[in-house]
Amino acid sequence: MSDVYEALQKIVGKDYVSNQAEERYFYGRDPGLMPPHEPDFVVMPKTTEEVQEIVKLANREKVPIVPKGAGLALTGLVIPQRGGIVLDMKRMDRILEVNEKAGYVVVEAGTTHGVLKSYLQKHYPHLRHSIPDSPPIATIVANAVIHGQGRLTQQRGFNSDMVSGLEVVLPTGELCRIGSCSVSSYWFSKGPPLPDLSGLFLGWFGSTGVITKLGMKLYPCKKIRDVMLFLTDKVDLVPEVIRKLAHTEMVEDIVVTAQPIPLRFKGNFYILLYITGDSEEEIEFKKKMAWDALMEYVESRDGGFVSVTPDMKPPFLAMPSKDTARFADVSKGGGFEYSGPIAPIDKYPLYLKKLEELAAKYKLFYSSAARVIDGGHSMMFSFSYTFNRANPDEMKRAKTALDEAAEFALEEGGVIWKPNINEQQMIMERMDPNTLKLMTSIKHLLDPKGIMNPGNWEAK
Amino acid sequence: MPELKFDKTKCAECKATSCLVKCQYMDFKDKDKAKKEWQKVINGEDSSVLEACTTCYACEEHCPFGNHPFYLIVERQEEKGILPAPRPIITMWINQCEPVGRFMVGKIEEKALSYCFMPQLNALVGGKLFENIAHSSFFGQEFFCNVVYLHYAKMSVIKDRLPKVIENIARLGVKEVICLHDECYGCFTSLAPAYGIEVPFKPIHYYEFLYDRLKELENEIKPLNVKVAYQRNCSARLCPEIDHYVDDIFGLLGVERVKREYDRKNALCCAETIRMAKGPAMADDLQKKNIDDMVKFGAKYCVFNCPACYDSLAEKVVKVGIDPIHMIDLCRLALGEERGQKLRLEGMPALQVAMEDR
Repeated sequence: MSDVYEALQKIVGKDYVSNQAEERYFYGRDPGLMPPHEPDFVVMPKTTEEVQEIVKLANREKVPIVPKGAGLALTGLVIPQRGGIVLDMKRMDRILEVNEKAGYVVVEAGTTHGVLKSYLQKHYPHLRHSIPDSPPIATIVANAVIHGQGRLTQQRGFNSDMVSGLEVVLPTGELCRIGSCSVSSYWFSKGPPLPDLSGLFLGWFGSTGVITKLGMKLYPCKKIRDVMLFLTDKVDLVPEVIRKLAHTEMVEDIVVTAQPIPLRFKGNFYILLYITGDSEEEIEFKKKMAWDALMEYVESRDGGFVSVTPDMKPPFLAMPSKDTARFADVSKGGGFEYSGPIAPIDKYPLYLKKLEELAAKYKLFYSSAARVIDGGHSMMFSFSYTFNRANPDEMKRAKTALDEAAEFALEEGGVIWKPNINEQQMIMERMDPNTLKLMTSIKHLLDPKGIMNPGNWEAK
Repeated sequence: MPELKFDKTKCAECKATSCLVKCQYMDFKDKDKAKKEWQKVINGEDSSVLEACTTCYACEEHCPFGNHPFYLIVERQEEKGILPAPRPIITMWINQCEPVGRFMVGKIEEKALSYCFMPQLNALVGGKLFENIAHSSFFGQEFFCNVVYLHYAKMSVIKDRLPKVIENIARLGVKEVICLHDECYGCFTSLAPAYGIEVPFKPIHYYEFLYDRLKELENEIKPLNVKVAYQRNCSARLCPEIDHYVDDIFGLLGVERVKREYDRKNALCCAETIRMAKGPAMADDLQKKNIDDMVKFGAKYCVFNCPACYDSLAEKVVKVGIDPIHMIDLCRLALGEERGQKLRLEGMPALQVAMEDR
């Protein structure tokens, strides 16, 4: 192993590789509930060439290698299950190109959502990207790799749907471009009209290669962004309300929140609608469409729009939302995790009932913030529980509740989002055998020595 | 449980039925029709009044006998399960104002300020006007007057919570409570007495307090010499006897209260409750009429009493070139101080663009 350490030092310089206990401790865990496992080395490359050299070294020495962004997935996806090298991509943080007319940006793998947001606001204020509600240090690549969602997901799909090209270091060390950038200097499409090979890397959690560059589509940043808040106390109405709102095609983002405290939330479902426009007339028109869509519930008294005062708006309009961080400390001790199945919106009432049932069973505080995806084709429902990190019993209860939630979500037709290694097994057990065989073949073809983020998407 | 002291013989003797005839939102110009309909309300029968009421509180002011027609309407709505607003919104209000033991109490003296449960008031209290009393104040659900439930046909909540609220305030040892909103003042001077609930302290409307302080500081006042439109709010209808202080204060500040159509007894409500209950069409129409009226009479400022009215209308009056300002801030301006409540542009995205475009 000392040979590997020295070889890594030669590649990136001694300041950017470590086998010290402190680094190994931190890189051996994430903020969620999965058990830690320490790496042997942590390395921070600066260039694609360095990544290639590191991967070639790992391949040669059969050392596991785990590419890592900010490590915020909460489900242990960058915990090095079999040790080896954690490849921390944060130093590769350049914004390489913004193509204003074609509407895309090309970034290095360590570029964060927060940095890109600031960059666009400063240099291209008429353009924006889909910001997830994770902390701003979340990297664009890692978020795409886990099929993250963001503020444009209701209209544009998963953030990974907005990818417009990839540069990947394959597990054998070759560099490969995916999409239009493989035949042209433009990064406008990750697939069409070519065979879409992005699926070999997106959703694989770094188990098929290391993404070093990514193209991401940019969208119009309207001058005005406003929020409306619709409440209903009937869970069965939630899917209907979402469908009606999505049908208007006027709403940029729809998030449904349910939680028992603070007390103003109790007994109701908070449906946040985000409206954007370049003029007051556009905003008013869109708001009117939303009102018209839901007026029948106002008349029946089953739902209503709450007046959103100027004081209420800033937290609602913040991108990313800070509510997640606040929620994380409800139990004090700063712990929270969620299981987030992607499911048809009709499943909302069923999942909500299960969320409450598990919270009661395991004496946990709960919340759910569900985001509508792609015009209502599906939604991300979060089973979120908080725990105190100084309370092992509460952590155990939270983990058990999340495991049961994941099992339930699958049974009811959902697919677990960013599943941990155990949940991946649950998914693969239910998967069509030929699909699983195909996945296994692809994985083996790309990573014959099984060095890439081992433990993930590995069929038993 | 406290019961409404309603005297139906007064209504029987009433020839005007002003409670309905003068209503700006229901069409009861025909006095006979109004009388019949009101009788149905008294009898506890089904009445269109119960469905159509916008909960503007104005009939409390219109009744010449102080017989509390609005409180009766609210009682009847609740008895019949008529919801003047969507049920989830009512639930939200009931839950969020429930006392949970998280309140703030300053260094209470015999005279104290009540912030009720309106955090927005905190930005307003400051400067010379309040220099000797700001420390003696209290805030929180425990001191919340609960009058808002009149909008939601939940008199039962008021009857349940109000006696405890009064007890909580009394326990502070306060003799005089300066109410920073007339929901509170109206609660203690109109609603509580109407239900026979004893109020063991003296409520003082903050307009009276402001007037007295301005008299003390009269030498420091620099007359503003401007025309203002006054936005009278719904709960002002519970304490119409206070309205003269608006004129008195404006007199001290050198301010002209424009004689517009929608002021005093003919005031239009801010319409946010109406928007929530009946949709945007009626609310937008009312707000337009109200603001056009302010413009027509050349108001430079729109002076607010109620923070909720401010939230509802501030952005809209700015767009027509009128400066929204709370009464306390108007007084502070005349004393050469900065206003406490800034235009909260951060929460008004449309306004941000409007300002940038200028």
